[in-house]
This record gives sequence, structure tokens and C-alpha cells, in this order.
Amino acid sequence: MTTPAPTPPPPVAEPTPTAARVLAQFPEVMHRRSDNGQPFLLVPAARIAEVVQFVRDDLQVAMPVLLDLTAYDLLRFPGTPPSDAIAVVYLLGSYQHERTLTLQVHAERAACRVRSISNVWPAALYFEREVFDLFGVEFLGHPSLQRILCPDDWQGHPLRKDYLWPLEYQGVPHLRDGQHFDGGPVRPTPAVPAATAEPEPELPRGGEAKKP
Amino acid sequence: MTERPGNDLKEQIQLTAVDEFLAWGKEHSLFYLLFATACCGIELMQAGGPRYDLDRLGMIPRATPRQADLMIVAGTITHKMASRVRTLWEQMTEPRWVVSMGSCANAGGPFSKWSYSVLNGIDKYVPVDIYIPGCPPRPEALIDGVMALRERVKRYRTTGERAAEPHIVTVGNQAFGGHGCAVPLDRGPTT
Repeated sequence: MTTPAPTPPPPVAEPTPTAARVLAQFPEVMHRRSDNGQPFLLVPAARIAEVVQFVRDDLQVAMPVLLDLTAYDLLRFPGTPPSDAIAVVYLLGSYQHERTLTLQVHAERAACRVRSISNVWPAALYFEREVFDLFGVEFLGHPSLQRILCPDDWQGHPLRKDYLWPLEYQGVPHLRDGQHFDGGPVRPTPAVPAATAEPEPELPRGGEAKKP
Repeated sequence: MTERPGNDLKEQIQLTAVDEFLAWGKEHSLFYLLFATACCGIELMQAGGPRYDLDRLGMIPRATPRQADLMIVAGTITHKMASRVRTLWEQMTEPRWVVSMGSCANAGGPFSKWSYSVLNGIDKYVPVDIYIPGCPPRPEALIDGVMALRERVKRYRTTGERAAEPHIVTVGNQAFGGHGCAVPLDRGPTT
């Protein structure tokens, strides 16, 4: 018994029938592959609500499940054309047909606004809050877009690659020697008005202590 | 004390001062607040389980800080969590004691330089009496810390003096292991 010759891999640019259906419906959607070969559909930020509604309801595409909604920062990202956008990733799936579909929206870094898909999938409510918290993507139409992991008064969005680490939080020092671990810049301590500036009270050991 | 007391009533009565008796009772009934924030809590549960059995030291976990004498900070404390820990500590009745268990609660542990959100030591928020290095500390180290704390409780109850300096546990061969920051940098040597 001879081993069959290995079949050549399909051409890189060939979209799956599911993706081809979306591409035919929305000409402005582009078929791309990430640097490790994973295909995805790059959707213009203005059209994401329609595309998501279509891929959920269309009988040929039929992606009823929002598996994940996440993001990554394209700044200094290897293997892609240089860009400073925030890539919002929508992982959609169908258990019935056993297939998945990946959508991406590249949102501008400065004006990072993407239409919320929480009216299509309510499960996106928490995902979008997390992406907003960590990447600073503002989801238009989200009913309650507030931080979900960081404290409400946290400054900045930590998973952006140009995030400045805090030198202190609420008066408590954060960086041990005042330096980022790789020597990078840190967020300067906000200036406290002189009228309200008070020295931090020393904590007594055990006994009554004032609230810091 | 080596012989069994006889039937004579005088031999069955021990005389002591009320203060000493109460001090003895407090020393042997350190109720601790039942909360844990990370994997050191697993080791804390193990220490409370039947093998190491903190109960034999009179240590019963309490579900409310108002009934607790001792807070064992077991695990990573983030900036967001630290003020909550402070609130729990403020709800405990005097005199209250704090044991910082593990590298994270001591000094931030593996997150001390590589995290934007983790507090570098709970002693920034609450005063710590006992530091237990380790990642996580073994139950033996925790029990050693408890024994050191009992000495302090006894001294406080009998003389009214509280030790000014915290105690650093060194048993278990984990004193300076782990992440090079097992104890706060200003309190001891590091690797």
C-alpha cells in the first residue's frame, strides 16, 4: 500500500464559501490573512453593524454564536503592514455547521469608535466593556460603557502598547524605583492643587489609624 | 504538674491572675478572617484542613471581620482590591493583627515589576505584624508565623506592649526563594 501523495494546500487567497458569501454581499469587505495564515474578513468600521447582522441572520452564512470579542494593538505588531490602529476581533461560530468566521475592524487610534454589536448579541455587552477598558475602543450604542476590570478612576488603557505606567495610584506608589521595568516612560503624577495637598499620614502599627 | 492531682480539692485548683488567664485564652483563640485573593489561599485552606489543622491552635475561620482577631492576607492584592482590604481591616475590632502571607502580599511577588495593576505589598495599606515569604509558603511556614504571632499576642495581653517591628518568618527554606522579592525590599536582603 503506497501512501498517497500529499495534496497541495489550497491557495492562500481562496475564501471559504461562507466568507465568499459575505464578500459578495459587501464589496467593501476585504479578505485577509494574518501573519500566521489565519483568514479573516476586514470590515470597515462604519459597516460592522450591518455585516454582523447579516452573518448572523443569513441562512447560508448562519453564524449564531459570538464566541469572543477581543482586540489587539497593531502598533509595532510584527508581520503586518505598519499601522497604529486598534484591531477589534469578532470570533463567530456555528456549532451546527462546525465552522467559524473571524471579522476584524481596524479602528483609528486617535478617534477609536466602533459601532456596538450588543443589539445583535447581548453577550457582547461585557466583551465590549473589557475592550473599552483595556484598549480604549469606544463602542457607540453600548448602553453602559464603563470600565469592568480597572478601577473607575484608572488613567489610560493598559493593553495599548503606548500605555504609560502609573507612578502611583491614589497616593500609593506603584513602581518600586520609579521606573518602568524596561526603562520606558511612566505616566507623570497628576499635579495636586496646593489647597488640598496633605502629607500622607504615617500608618501606626496595629492601633487606630486614620483613613488614608 | 507531672503527677496526677489527687482527690484532694486543694490539689485540683490552680490559682492565677484574671489578666493572665484571659491572656492565655486570647493567645489560644486567634480567630482569623476567612478571605483569600489568590493561590496562597489554597495553601491557607490546606493549613486549615485536617492534615495541618489550624483548629488545634484554636484558630477558627470567621466569616465577618467583626468577629476576627487576625487577618491573613493570602494572595495578590491589586490596587483596586487594596482599599477593600483596608475596609475589612477597619471593620475588625481592636486589637487586630495582620499576617502577610506569600510574596505577593509581602512585596508584589512576580508581579512587582511586570504588572501595571498589582500593589507592591499590602503594608502600603494596613500595618503588617508577620511576613511569611514563599510562593506560596508551606503550611509549616504559616504555622510558624502563627506561633510567632501568638508570642506577640501573649506579650501584648500581659504587658500591653506591641512589637514595633514586624517579624519575618524564615522556616521552610523559602525565605529568599521565588522571585527575588520575597520580603519587602526595605525589610530584608534579597537575592
